[in-house]
Formats: sequence, structure tokens, C-alpha cells
Amino acid sequence: MESLIHARGLVKRFGEFTAVDGIDVDVRRGEAFGFLGPNGAGKSSTMRMIGCVSPPSGGELRILGLDPRRDGPRIRSRLGVCPQLDNLDIELNVRENLTTYARFFGIPRKVARRRADELLDFVQLSERADSKVEPLSGGMKRRLTIARALVNEPEMVLLDEPTTGLDPQARHLVWERLFRLKQQGVTLVLTTHYMDEAEQLCDRLVVMDGGRIVAEGSPRALIEQYSTREVVELRFAAESQEAYAEKLAGLGDRLEVLPDRILLYVDDGDEAAAEVQGRSLAPASVLVRRSSLEDVFLHLTGRTLVD
Amino acid sequence: MLTLVLPRLVSFEGTGRRAASVTERNISCLRSTYWVVMLSGFLEPVLYLFSIGIGVGGLIGDLRLPDGRLVGYAEFVAPAMLAAAAMTGALSETTFNFFGKMKFMRLYEGMLATPIRPIEIALGELAWAMVRGVLYSAAFLVIMVALDLTSPMRAAVMLPATILVGFAFGALGMATSTIIRSWQDFDLIASAQFALFLFSGTFVPPTAYPTVVRWLIEVTPLYRAVDLTRALSLGPVGALQLVDVLYLLTVLAIGLTVAGRRMGRMLCK
Amino acid sequence: MTPGAYVLEYHLVNYRRTWRASALSTLVMPLLTMLGFGVGVGAYVSGGVDGVPYLDWIVPGLIASTAVQAAIGEATWPVLSYFEWLKVYFAQAAAPLRVADILGGHLAFMLFRILLSATAFLGVAVLFGAVHSWWAPLTLIVALLVGFAVSAPTVAYSASISSDSYLAILMRFAILPMSLFSGVFFPIESLPLVLRWVAWALPLWHGVDLSRDAMLGLAPGWLGLWHVLYLLAWCALGWWLAHSRFRRRLVI
Repeated sequence: MESLIHARGLVKRFGEFTAVDGIDVDVRRGEAFGFLGPNGAGKSSTMRMIGCVSPPSGGELRILGLDPRRDGPRIRSRLGVCPQLDNLDIELNVRENLTTYARFFGIPRKVARRRADELLDFVQLSERADSKVEPLSGGMKRRLTIARALVNEPEMVLLDEPTTGLDPQARHLVWERLFRLKQQGVTLVLTTHYMDEAEQLCDRLVVMDGGRIVAEGSPRALIEQYSTREVVELRFAAESQEAYAEKLAGLGDRLEVLPDRILLYVDDGDEAAAEVQGRSLAPASVLVRRSSLEDVFLHLTGRTLVD
Repeated sequence: MLTLVLPRLVSFEGTGRRAASVTERNISCLRSTYWVVMLSGFLEPVLYLFSIGIGVGGLIGDLRLPDGRLVGYAEFVAPAMLAAAAMTGALSETTFNFFGKMKFMRLYEGMLATPIRPIEIALGELAWAMVRGVLYSAAFLVIMVALDLTSPMRAAVMLPATILVGFAFGALGMATSTIIRSWQDFDLIASAQFALFLFSGTFVPPTAYPTVVRWLIEVTPLYRAVDLTRALSLGPVGALQLVDVLYLLTVLAIGLTVAGRRMGRMLCK
Repeated sequence: MTPGAYVLEYHLVNYRRTWRASALSTLVMPLLTMLGFGVGVGAYVSGGVDGVPYLDWIVPGLIASTAVQAAIGEATWPVLSYFEWLKVYFAQAAAPLRVADILGGHLAFMLFRILLSATAFLGVAVLFGAVHSWWAPLTLIVALLVGFAVSAPTVAYSASISSDSYLAILMRFAILPMSLFSGVFFPIESLPLVLRWVAWALPLWHGVDLSRDAMLGLAPGWLGLWHVLYLLAWCALGWWLAHSRFRRRLVI
């Protein structure tokens, strides 16, 4: 299968600091690929290198089969980019944001106007076409930025944290639109630190931490590999959960003590919960749930705040 | 067998079109208030012409040029105000506005995700600054002719000279904008611009200053611009004006190179 | 202390952080103007004006003009920004402060800036030997008066707009013409009658004339009284306008 992104030992350094520390990535046409990781993991730096606005410091990188160092403009003409922070043109109205942007790609005015109307319809902003950008809500701005990224009918769209800061309704709308794009055969590359987003959208993903890739696979495969099928969350009334941890020894594959609860990683949650009752421990609450990507993520990248 | 490896030249294919699309963007955001702001920039040198050239000129009377001719003070000041107008027009677009678009609006980040390259943004913005500068200069020349401060023929020759002046200051302003760090530095730029405006042989001939100061003045870009426009307006034109033109062309080339390079480094980290 | 003083204190604390950047425009610009026009152009004004050398004649006008520049500097972008971008006024309104305290505190700070600029300029003028009268310090009072007369209505204007484009318009269409045609650089008697009426109507000329009387040690006479009353009227009207604009935006 054709590789739209092909990276081997890709490195990005800013002076002394190494943001991306030798990663290998392959993204195939038509798939939705995710970069997961905490803040500072190197996701955005990677995205900027893929977007050909940041020259790699080392390693090999080919985008759409071309070399970004030499063919930046040619590659960018076939990419769509939705940056983390909206950088819409506040001096233009909603429609002009699309038509003007289209002109940067050399798209004829007439085609630009037609495409702008289609895209506004696609992201459900047709009614706001003549409005200014500033009064739009966060969700609307993000949808407009996504529409802008599609104005050149790109083969691949790069989305840097597409739903960060949006309310639930807006997020679901964005997801739904991105899913439609994927169905149309557009390759999606996104970064996120929302696990539900990754599970919803990505066929395949890598987890990054400290500039390196620490895991790779489909969401399902990652959960199977790095977590158990189910998780039991126990809350004890006492001040410290620590004291109960010993009494739970031997239950499940793994046990994690948090300040406010204890997590048991098990294959059968109900059985484990019954066992807890059997040991006559009386937790204030018991929650049995399926293991999620979040468990994988926290297991791989740790719970300490890295901000 | 001998293989010739040709160095890969920087491709300028499509550069013109891409730079033009940057200019086009500026034209699409001309709104009512922006129009007024833009036109108001033209007012500044006109007001100075009337206040200092004619008002204070009334106190001064005639001025003796270095070659001994006597000219009215307004005639002396007007070509300098023209050069200053070209400077102001070019600088307002390439310093304050350019910096705002780069740092505050993050406009160029969006542009760079398209096939546009940093140097093309610089060219497009400069072209736009020129459109503005030419409008100011042309309007000012009309006023000069109307007040009989120069002849229509000479005015026609001065217009291309002001375009060169505008280009040079536009490139200089853009290079400066890529170097400064924050809005506070604009106070510095404004002060520097005002100092240039006051002392570049604009209101009095540079011969009025002590020799050291005079040499300092003679190497500033605005003085060279004033020298050029004044020679074209009052005559005579000689080899010194060729120096002015070469000087301004050099400023343009250096400014544009620095701006394109620094933009690339800042935006394509 | 009245609550307005706390607001003034806020602005002063802020100023401690930014005074270096503004020192340039408050001191260097007028100094350059004095050198460029007073000394440079003045050398060509062979006869002087009204019987005094051009430098001596222009300096009092420049002091009044500097006061106005300082007033404008603080009454435009900062006010707009405190409403639109930094929202400082809204934060202050959430504290137990009245509209008059918020407005008064900021205007008091503007007076402080005006006094600072005018004093610095007067000091430079002394060094240039352009001060000859013991009445000269009175020019600082004049600076405060004309500064307030300009800043209060300007604050009202800045509080009524949403984009800084309108500030550029104000600067170019009102402030710059006022600075150039209010008798700072040449006597307004040489203006056409229409423009003379404009100069009479705007506050700066009144300040310039009063300042010149003080610096040259002339008796202001009845015209002086009229200047003062007229400037006070600008102050009162400006305060009223600014206060109503502030109330409309802060008290909803």
C-alpha cells in the first residue's frame, strides 16, 4: 500500500531541546491515523514537519512520496492543515476566509466561490457566510478552519487537536464531519489527548511520550496489549486508600492506587467485585467498566503532570 | 563517464502568482473604516506642508540653496514632504500592520500551510505597501502642482522616484519588523522615524548642521530620498542623484533579503 | 484614601513596569521637535516672532503640545484596550468601586503623566536657555489644564469605539491638525479666517497662549481668563461625556 507519510528516525531539535527523538511512522492512503500523547510529547512538532513548515533536524521524511525540504510548496498544495489554535483571518468574513485561502493555492476565483459555498454547507455554516469571524463560537471557528483546510481538495488532512476546547455538541459535530471525510477516502492525520476521540476516529495510532513512540497499533489492539479487558474502580471511605491495597493483593493482573480510589485491572470485573465483597472489605462504591484507551495511555505515559 | 550534477536552483516558478494572492487578500479586506485610515495617512505630509512649509515659511521667507539660488520655503520643503509621504505610506503597512499580522493575528502561519513561501509573503505585502505609497505620492504631487510648487512635467518624473523610495522603505520596514520583539519596540521605531523626518534635510538644508552631524544625515535613507526628489523638483539633476538611486536600490535588496530570511526562520521553525 | 486613589495606585504600579518604554516618547520626541524646529528651522526665522527669538517663542507652545500628546497617549489605546482587550475596567467594576472612581483614577494617572512630560520639557528648555521668566513654572498648571481638557473627551471617544482604526482616524484628522495649526509653530493670525475659527474652537490654542504668557512673563489679561474658563468648560463637558460612556458600558 502507498505510504503518504514515511518517516524513519525522524528528529526535531530546538537548540539543546529534542522535541522529536527518532520516530518511525507510516501512514497509508485512506486511513485515519492518530498521534496520542501528553502535552510536550512532540506531537505538534511532528505535525509541523509533516506540514512542511518545519524542516526536520535529522532522519528521513517523505510526504506524498516527495521530499519536504525541496518540494514544500508542491506538497503543501496537496495537504489540508487545521492548526491547534485557529488562525482565521479576522479581517475577512466567513466566506472570504475560504475564497481568499483558495486563492493562495492558485484556485480560480469562480471555482473558489463555488467550493466555498459547498464547504460552508458541509460544515453547516451557510447561514453565517457573511458574518465576521470574531463573533463565531469556538465550535463554529473550528468548523470553519476545517472547511478552510479542505478548500484545495487535499489528499491528506492534518488536524492538530481538532476538538480541544469545544463543548460536547460541537465535538460530536466535528467528529461526525471528520468521519464523513474519511468515508470519502480522505486520509486523516490527527493529534489528540482525548482518548474517546482517538477511539472514535482512528484506525491506527501511535502513543508518543518524551519525543518517542512508546506504542503503536489500532485502539483495540493497544487495549488488548497494554490493559486488561475490564477495570474495577473501588472507593473506600477511609482517608487513605493505601491501607486497603494490601488486602486486595492477588486480585487481577495489576492494581493501581490513586489518592481517591483503587483500580483493579482484571479480565472479569464482576467476578473480581464479588471477590472484594468476599474478603469482607466494604468499599463505598464499586464500578465495573470496560478498559479504555485512557487506561493504556496513563499506563504508558504515567500519571504525573508533565505540563 | 562524467556526470554533470547541476546545482538545484531556487525555483521561482509560481512566485509571482503566489505573491499576488497575498496582495489580493489585502484588497479583499478593504472595509469602510480601513479606507478612511488608509486615506488619512496621506493627510499627514499635507498638513506638515501647510503648517511648516507655508505657515512657518511665512516667517522665513525665501531660502538660499547651496548653489546660491533663492527659493520659497514651501518649494524647498514640499519635495521633502513627498519623500516623507512615500516613507510613511510604506512604513505604516510594513511595520505596525505587518507585525500585527505576523505575531498577533498569526495570519502568515495560515498562509504558510499553503504553497506560499515566506519570501512570497514578503513580496506580496511589499507590493501592497507600494500600492498605498503610490496613492499617497500621486495625491501629494497633485497638491504640489496645484500650489505651483513644482511643474507637471517634473511631477511626472518624481512619481517613479517616490515608488523607488517607497520600495526601499517598505523593505527596510519589513526587515525591521522581523527583528523587533514586542509592541513596545514600536515606540523606538516611531521615534527613529520622527528623527529621520525632522533631520533628513527636510526642513533645513543639511549644510545648516555641524559637519559631523551633516555627514551622519547624508547617509540616512530619507536624506538620500529627499535629495533625489528635491533635485527632481528644483533641479539640477546630476551624478549625485545616481548615487541616491543606487543607495535606495541597495536598501531595497538588503531589506527584502533579510525580511524573507528572517520570516522563514521565525515561521518555519 | 478615596476609592479613586486605589485606582490611581493600580495605574502607578503598572507604570513602574512600563515607564522606560514610554520615557522615550515623552522625552525624546519633544526634545527632537525642539531641536528640529526650534533650533534648526528657528535659525532661518531671522526676525523672530512678536519680538522674541523663535526658540523662545516656540518652546511654550511645545510644552502645551507635549501635554496634549501625553494626554492623548494615555486616553486612546490604553482606554480602548482596558475595555476591549485587557478588560481591566470590568475587573475594577467587579470590585466595590464606582464608575466615577474608575474613571477618576485613570484620569488622575493621565494628569500625572502630563505633569511628568511637561516638567521634563520645561527642564530641557531651561538647559537650552529658553526660559526667562519666574512665572514659567505656571506653565505646568496650564499643561495640566489643557491636558485634562483634551484627555477627558478623548477618553469618552475611546470608550465609544470597538476598533483601533478609529483611533488612527482621531490622530490623523483631529490631533495632528490641532497640533500643527494651534499657534505652536507659527501665529494663528497668518491662518485664513476659517482655520483661525477652528484653532479658537479647539482646546490646544488656548493652552498655547496661556503657556506663552507664563513663559514669556506677559500679563494674560481678560483673554487669559477666557482661556481658563473655556478650557474648564472642555474639562467639564469631557468628564460628563466620559462618565456617561463608562456608565453605559460598565453598569448594565
